[in-house]
Amino acid sequence: MAALADKSYLRTAPSERLPRPAERAGMLRWARENLFPSPGNIVLTLICILFICWAAPPLVRFFLLDAVWSGNDREACLASPTNPDPGACWAFVRVWFSYFVYGFYPIVERWRVDVFFVALAFGIGWLAWLSAPRRDVGAVYFFIVLPILSYVLLSGTPLLGLAGVTTALWGGILVTIVVATVGIVVSLPLGILLALGRRSDIPVVRLFTVTFIEFVRGVPLITVLFMASVMLPLFVPERLSPDKLVRALIGVALFASAYMAEVVRGGLAAIPRGQYEAAQALGLPNWRMMALVILPQALRVTLPNIVNTFIGLFKDTTLVFVVGIFDFLRTIEAARADPHWTTPVTSVSGYAIAALFYFICCYGMSRYARNVETRLMRR
Amino acid sequence: MPQFVQSSPSSSRTARRTGNIALQMAVVVIVGGLAYAAIHNAAQNLANAHITSGFGFWNNTAGFDISQTLIDYSPSTSTFGRAFWVGLLNTLLVGALGIVLATVLGFSIGIARLSRNWLVAHLAGGYVELIRNVPLLLQLLFWYNAVLKSLPQLQGSVALPGGGLLNNRGLFLPRPEFAASFRYGLIALVVGVGAAVVLHVWSRRRRDQTGEPTPIFWPALGLVLGIPLVFVLLTDIPIRFDYPQAGRFNVMGGIEILPEFAALLLALTIYTAAFIAEAVRAGVLAVPHGQTEAAQALGLRSGTTLRFVVVPQAMRVIIPPLTSQYLNLIKNSSLAVAIGYPDLVQVFTGSVLNLTGQAVEVVAVTMAVYLCISLVTSLLMNLYGYALAVEER
Repeated sequence: MAALADKSYLRTAPSERLPRPAERAGMLRWARENLFPSPGNIVLTLICILFICWAAPPLVRFFLLDAVWSGNDREACLASPTNPDPGACWAFVRVWFSYFVYGFYPIVERWRVDVFFVALAFGIGWLAWLSAPRRDVGAVYFFIVLPILSYVLLSGTPLLGLAGVTTALWGGILVTIVVATVGIVVSLPLGILLALGRRSDIPVVRLFTVTFIEFVRGVPLITVLFMASVMLPLFVPERLSPDKLVRALIGVALFASAYMAEVVRGGLAAIPRGQYEAAQALGLPNWRMMALVILPQALRVTLPNIVNTFIGLFKDTTLVFVVGIFDFLRTIEAARADPHWTTPVTSVSGYAIAALFYFICCYGMSRYARNVETRLMRR
Repeated sequence: MPQFVQSSPSSSRTARRTGNIALQMAVVVIVGGLAYAAIHNAAQNLANAHITSGFGFWNNTAGFDISQTLIDYSPSTSTFGRAFWVGLLNTLLVGALGIVLATVLGFSIGIARLSRNWLVAHLAGGYVELIRNVPLLLQLLFWYNAVLKSLPQLQGSVALPGGGLLNNRGLFLPRPEFAASFRYGLIALVVGVGAAVVLHVWSRRRRDQTGEPTPIFWPALGLVLGIPLVFVLLTDIPIRFDYPQAGRFNVMGGIEILPEFAALLLALTIYTAAFIAEAVRAGVLAVPHGQTEAAQALGLRSGTTLRFVVVPQAMRVIIPPLTSQYLNLIKNSSLAVAIGYPDLVQVFTGSVLNLTGQAVEVVAVTMAVYLCISLVTSLLMNLYGYALAVEER
């Protein structure tokens, strides 16, 4: 013991007490850690606060406080003694609202559109809720029953007493939803087929699918839509020439399929080889192995990516605008030009409502994709 | 003893091969048949509509005006072929500028999203969520119709500092006019840049050999700016500016930046930047935290850690999504047609198609051009990716 006592590194006295740790919780502590950790960050935080103070109040004033909520024509939204600096013209949106939803769809027949919306929402809910009962029946409903039902309802079937409504009268959110729905209903099965074709060991099939996928992914959607709208009528006999909306739908569906194929291919690549080998060892023929073992897993893994592709597709539906189809954005553009409502704030109000609609839909889908992703990670 | 019946493997393989070949034949026949029917119908329909086919129209006089031309073009003498090149150059111009600006903005926002500062990170996050979830076409129409078209009229033009003018017909900037001696100024600039590059190579080599960093930022900046500056001061200033003047009906002089161009560039930059920011964030987060800790354990400072440890590894992850964003930007520039910016689609698939009626040729050429641009861009980015790839030892 005595030999150790002269070692200089041994303590002879108890160490000083450390100060009590600073508060671990509380507003101030949080602010110090997240807003003011260093001089540089203090400057950044101050700049951000100044920016918010500069940008937020005018926005709130424009969209809420000074906004005009009711009125029958442009007079309501022009500067007046009572409202010298008018904000957004929500009166304009209210007056045009039914046009934004249905386009020129005949007023007495609009219940059919409402039924379509409800049926669609039901199908989406069934498929999106991962622990819903009988999702296989849900898939049959969504991919087979719903399209037939929608066609019968929307374009009319005189046999059932539903008057025909030409697609030229369709418009607004109805068309946006129809384009997006046809896109997903066609592109998912077609994308799966293309993805399987691309992985097939038959050279000709692989060649055709790879060419198609890479070609479509290499060109802008607008050129595909132009091709569908000006070239498609050339390629079929004149009497079979499809309707304008149908042409755009074909363009969108083919375009979406190529992107969906790549997403599905990613899912297929994520399935371990053992799964294929196990299925083969059980003696399953090729297509049953795919249908019963591989695809269910691949689609599950890649569901977040499928939803993300669908978000892109939903945003891309606005492009049918360019080939003269009255989707939601186009109805806004048409209403904006109405001389009864020409004011300096009409355009901004119309675009704001469109942005809100697309934002809610897309943000909702992306939150859903993220939730599925965390669920998959946990498993 | 039960007898197991087993078909010989070779016979089942032969059967499969025959099936394969039959399937391939079937696919070829179906695709070929469809293609034949399409071509046959197209020929018949075109003949019925009295539309000629072939590229004979390429050398015909175009006869329509284009609002922005980077090369000489006149409606009365130029051909459809010339109009094609004008449109293509406009597409490339907006694509190239958009890529540069979106990269700068996207990297800044992506890094801001990773900031430890709560406010900065959440502002950047709000930007990304808002921009990503609103269609590009809507944003484009907003910038064009609601912002740029509601700027003051010609008479009330906003005078910008430095002699620019801003009104609802566009942005007008002073145009520098170069005297003949300016050529030597350019040569001086090239010499300066060359000297800076030599300095950079030397400092790299020195760092690799001795391990001692040689900061060269300020000397290099001095060389690049200093040599031309000395030249400009020695001779008299060889640049004169042609300032835009608001006339009665029009703006005279200066460089004109069309509101269509500005709106398209703005929308493409802002939209693509949000996606690039996400790619950057994902790339930086993909570098394991242990790498940063190891660098810190070696005593590297945070700036040095970022530069030599985190960024090189993150870049490898960032490059592939960045490439696809660049491709998207170029493809999205075709939205120009919605606001009338004379890009390839607007000029060629719009005006030329309407005037000639030759849908097949025009759409095919347009698609081929986009395919080529896509291929070249991904080739360049792949080369850059190879340059960054890990050198396995």
